[in-house]
Amino acid sequence: MTALYLVTLAGVAAAGLLTLLRLVRGPRALDRVIALDVLVTMVIAGTAVRTAMDKDTTALPVLLVLALLAFTGSVTAAHLIEKREGMR
Amino acid sequence: MTAVRDVITAVLLPTGAAFCLLGAVGLLRFPDIGSRLHAAAKAQTLGLLLILVGASVQMPLHYAPVLLLVALFQLFTTPITSQIIGRTAYRTRGLDHRLLFGDELAERLARDGTPVDETNGTPPQEEDAER
Repeated sequence: MTALYLVTLAGVAAAGLLTLLRLVRGPRALDRVIALDVLVTMVIAGTAVRTAMDKDTTALPVLLVLALLAFTGSVTAAHLIEKREGMR
Repeated sequence: MTAVRDVITAVLLPTGAAFCLLGAVGLLRFPDIGSRLHAAAKAQTLGLLLILVGASVQMPLHYAPVLLLVALFQLFTTPITSQIIGRTAYRTRGLDHRLLFGDELAERLARDGTPVDETNGTPPQEEDAER
């Protein structure tokens, strides 16, 4: 069972690393917004797996906060980008 | 009962991880914002949903609803985020119009008499790091 959790964690971590690569590469700000959104999702997924693995529920409220922050952050960033690029 | 739970987790967790991984690969390899958005949304909805359900099966019963709440919230917010980012990409010329099969919004804008930006068809510059 532990091996299963570790495989899942490895998959999520690999996904996070690939997302991080997109975050670094860009090329536009919107690509980075998408990448950050996915990255937060990967953090949520990894934390959920760890919670199930250790049977430790301490991090559960963090998941809710992260989900909320990812949404508001992406929407705000997209809005600001639209405002900025619309000026040109 | 524990065996049933373990089987559910053993099926759902790797499947979710696979979806996350495929979404991330798509995010890295697809050519423009529209297709990257499409790949990212798969990882964010289906991938996370499978992992959260698989993890919540292992929780004590009164903690599982928190994970389901996160899943529900993600299901509601991901389409909204994707729509807003897609709209912003359209307006700031982030979409590669050569990859589109059709552009109903441009047709509608033309019909309504809104001036259509002529530069809208130009593909985004790949190494345009300043934006």
